[in-house]
Amino acid sequence: MLRRITAGFVVVVLMASSRGFSLELGQLAPSFSLAPLQAESSAQLDSRAYRGQVIYVDFWASWCGPCRLSLPQLNTLYRDFSEKGFAVIAVNVDAHRSEALKFLQRRPVDYPVVYDAKRELPALFGVKGMPTAFLLDRQGRVQHIHEGFRPGDAEQLRAMITQLLAQEGAI
Amino acid sequence: MMRVCGVLVLSVALCACSAVSPVQPWQRDYLARPEMAWQPDVQLANQRGHVYFSKEASSGGASASGGGCGCN
Repeated sequence: MLRRITAGFVVVVLMASSRGFSLELGQLAPSFSLAPLQAESSAQLDSRAYRGQVIYVDFWASWCGPCRLSLPQLNTLYRDFSEKGFAVIAVNVDAHRSEALKFLQRRPVDYPVVYDAKRELPALFGVKGMPTAFLLDRQGRVQHIHEGFRPGDAEQLRAMITQLLAQEGAI
Repeated sequence: MMRVCGVLVLSVALCACSAVSPVQPWQRDYLARPEMAWQPDVQLANQRGHVYFSKEASSGGASASGGGCGCN
């Protein structure tokens, strides 16, 4: 009996200490509400307001090299598809808001950018590198996890977004 | 009973080890700063390395590539 209790305790301890959660394909993405990067005092952006759209949740930071490539290309995708039901929500995880603002002055984007001051959302999504993005379908399920950003990735994303936009918009 | 207590203590000790959490990808901004680099001026460091292994004929000693002839 004692052996069983001990074995159970060890399993619980090991499970409790395990790390590395990440969203899997097909799982529902968690909803979130964060303040916009540019205007801290204004109303928070609620991801639930985008239900029924194809959403690209992009985690980025000013110090992340590939983000210099990804933001302008995402902006092009946003301009091309925003009227068809595609949204980009960029989540900035910089330690200092000013650095992100300086980055956006050089590379302005049209889509909403929120600031995760507590840096809790990346753990909730299970971000494994910078940048990482989650492409969600109209039901809010993860259809693609995009880690890093290389030349040519925008075309791959364009094909996926076109495919997801063509699907029925059931909520 | 003593063995069970030993296992429990060991388990708790192992659990305490997990409190040392690794730096997460979104926490690497401080590490990415220029002042955190090993060499503040990469070009200058490369030039110095080149001069060093050319003079010493010791290519590879300072992690520089080459055949040791000092000609590259």
